[in-house]
Amino acid sequence: MIVAVLSGFGAALAAPFLHRRLPRWSGWVCALVPLMLFGFFAAQGGEVAAGHTIRAAYEWIPSLGVDFSFSLDGLSLLFALLITGIGVLVVAYASSYLHGHHHLGRFYGLILAFMAAMLGTVLAGDLITLFVFWELTGLCSYLLIGFDHGREAARKAALQALLVTCAGGLALLAGFILLGEGAGSLDLAALLTRGDAVRSHPLYVPILALVLLGAFTKSAQFPFHFWLPGAMEAPTPVSAYLHSATMVKLGIYLLARLSPVLGGTDAWFWSVTLAGGITMVAGGVMALIRSDLKQILAYSTVSALGTLTLLLGLHTPRAATAAMVFLLVHALYKSALFLAAGAVDHGAGTRDLARMGGLARAMPWVALGAGLAALSMAGVAPLAGFIAKELLYEAKLQAPLAAEFVTGAGFVANALTVAVAVMVGYLPFHGRERDTSLHHHRVESLLWLPPLLPALMGLVVGIVPGLTGRWLVAPAVAAVRGVPVPVDLALWHGVNPVFLLGVATVAAGVGIASVRGALLRRLPAGSGPGWGPERGYGLLIDGMLGLARWQTRLLQNGRLRYYLMTVVGAAVFLMGVAILRSGEIPRQLPRPDGGIHEWLAAGVILAGALTAATTTSRLAAVAGLGTVGYGVALVYILYGAPDLAMTQFCIETLSIVLFVLVLYRLPRFSLLSTPGGRVRDLLVAFSVGGFMTVLVLLAVSQTLVPHISTYFLEQSLPAGHGRNVVNVILVDFRALDTLGEITVLAVAALGVYGLMKGRGEGGG
Amino acid sequence: MESVLAVVIGGLYAAGLYLMVRRSIVKMVFGLALLGNAANLLIFTVGRLTRGRPPYVPPGGTEPLLPVADPLPQALILTAIVIGFGVQAFALVLIKRVYQTVGTDDLDVMTTTDTDSRSSG
Repeated sequence: MIVAVLSGFGAALAAPFLHRRLPRWSGWVCALVPLMLFGFFAAQGGEVAAGHTIRAAYEWIPSLGVDFSFSLDGLSLLFALLITGIGVLVVAYASSYLHGHHHLGRFYGLILAFMAAMLGTVLAGDLITLFVFWELTGLCSYLLIGFDHGREAARKAALQALLVTCAGGLALLAGFILLGEGAGSLDLAALLTRGDAVRSHPLYVPILALVLLGAFTKSAQFPFHFWLPGAMEAPTPVSAYLHSATMVKLGIYLLARLSPVLGGTDAWFWSVTLAGGITMVAGGVMALIRSDLKQILAYSTVSALGTLTLLLGLHTPRAATAAMVFLLVHALYKSALFLAAGAVDHGAGTRDLARMGGLARAMPWVALGAGLAALSMAGVAPLAGFIAKELLYEAKLQAPLAAEFVTGAGFVANALTVAVAVMVGYLPFHGRERDTSLHHHRVESLLWLPPLLPALMGLVVGIVPGLTGRWLVAPAVAAVRGVPVPVDLALWHGVNPVFLLGVATVAAGVGIASVRGALLRRLPAGSGPGWGPERGYGLLIDGMLGLARWQTRLLQNGRLRYYLMTVVGAAVFLMGVAILRSGEIPRQLPRPDGGIHEWLAAGVILAGALTAATTTSRLAAVAGLGTVGYGVALVYILYGAPDLAMTQFCIETLSIVLFVLVLYRLPRFSLLSTPGGRVRDLLVAFSVGGFMTVLVLLAVSQTLVPHISTYFLEQSLPAGHGRNVVNVILVDFRALDTLGEITVLAVAALGVYGLMKGRGEGGG
Repeated sequence: MESVLAVVIGGLYAAGLYLMVRRSIVKMVFGLALLGNAANLLIFTVGRLTRGRPPYVPPGGTEPLLPVADPLPQALILTAIVIGFGVQAFALVLIKRVYQTVGTDDLDVMTTTDTDSRSSG
């Protein structure tokens, strides 16, 4: 099974090369990969239907309890079949739709990588494995939405989708980690048995909120739904695959997968049902007022995702069955409609609903596929959508809480869905031609066959529902519920309230579709969502960029001295806080001892520093520097460091000579700062100076354990053959350091030489 | 005597930093020199002071007679003094060159790496 998941990535790597070698056949070869995987997963169907779970695991990070593991149960199988099955259609369709596109090879690679990532997510048996593949799908989605990276709109939409889903992904990771802590295991199988422990855990609410955030962003639930219509910038095969049939259903998958662990509480019911309900109705309304075919489909997908979320929120066996059936049915009809929309776009050159009509004459097969899919979407017998709708109503009527409300919202959303079905499945193909300037041409078989196939599948499922119920739906529902649930799908249940509701829905939907034109004319022009979550997203991004610019201006202002003050100030502040917190402030100062000459040396140093800092004469400043240097040398002599003193004397003399040589080529000291600035600088300088004093006092009040020095003192003569220990350290024990020091000096000398020499060339 | 030297170190740091945050580029280099001395003195003092007993093995002995000054900080400072001189020399020549090229000694004017506003380009 691991091979099955990873083979997609291998194929993705090979696809661009393959396409370069065999441009005519690459589409077929690439379509073979999902086809074989489809066969592989279909072959596991028997075992899964018998209630077995197929597992494969490798230890990944045993110290953290993370495994690289996969498991195949009913829920995973349903998704895996959808992913690979629709994958075959999409790859074949793309080979015709994007024919001649110079990045087609890259496209194949990305779509196969995406498919592999999807499989990894739905088959993962471990939370961390799941998360890794989850993020991979987001990444592939980013690359696929931005496939036409030459267009700004595509890049923008891709980034938006990435940011929204990745923000959710981060929340999800946090949720997973908390969940793993709460349940004591990251393994999904173990997790599913510990639902009670998790639900009574004090961190249950944060866990639920974080996981829901991840699921809602991925599945485009209100208020995160806006990235999905934006993602329609992607080529149509991508929209059909990622943004209707598979990736956006990952959130649903996650909710379904974790519902035995997290579900069934009031918090779950209200948050999931409410988000789903709002999304369901809002998506339907938004779909109604659009005129771009893909936008309409995108919003109706949002609505369908809302319905699925709502069903999982209800958390009843009936609702779980309805969700799984609707998931399958929706994937079939929506991918068919998307692919049909792409064919229309390809054949007629427009996606604007207002300009289409009578296209059935030019593209009869596309019209047939779209028509069948739309009938399924509307829930007309004998298509699969009819069964799904009956189940939807049944589940909503049996909702544990607020059943009337849920059913009412469901009725509105379903009526809107019917209206949308009419808009996308009937209006473009029938009636009179709206815009005669469009010249439509027939489309090739690879453009009409892929939409037709899933639409026909919908018909098949509708006519023989029992088989699908037993083999696909029942194992999936068992996985969602955690216990086997009897599933008996049938087309005809007789005339009952549910059936009457369905009839009323279709009537209302057709009614809405017929008055849609009049309704839209009533709407003021340009009354699109100038407000709402998308605006919030825009504000957030602008705000973040603004903050970045502001802090860049503040911190990266290009003025060296402010950098210096920031760094020093931060260091002093942090260390000061650390010292205060440790409470190790020296209570008793060591009594100053020492002779008058020592005090004198200290006074000379301070006087020199003061002169250097305050004088307006360059020469006096140099003299001050020299005084400081010789004073420090004096201190070295007094405290047993003659070598230091000698070096310091030499170097100081050399420095002064250098300063005096260069000095008269330098500008005079100018008074540039304002008085206020000088006061501020003085404050900073004194606080740093004071802090260093405290630091030294603190350091000398501690006991020093000089382990290294003892070694040097003992070994100087026997090992280093020298009596001057400091010299032995420099040229023997730490000779490599000294070599480094010499190198530094050499580099500095080269630099000085270069700077002096380059003078004649005019600088710069 | 450590407390006196602590005050001296604080004074050197204050003076050095005050010079380094001046707008005049020449003062900045002076500040750099003071800071170098301050840091050396800091290491020296923190390594404890021992009056008048250099780490030297007397003739006839095999190791220095205790108490003796710690040789390790001294070795570190010796390196630091020499490198400090290298840095100082380089900085001095560099600012001289900068002054020639940019034509100003005001650090607040030098906020970009572009010199095209000046004639020397």
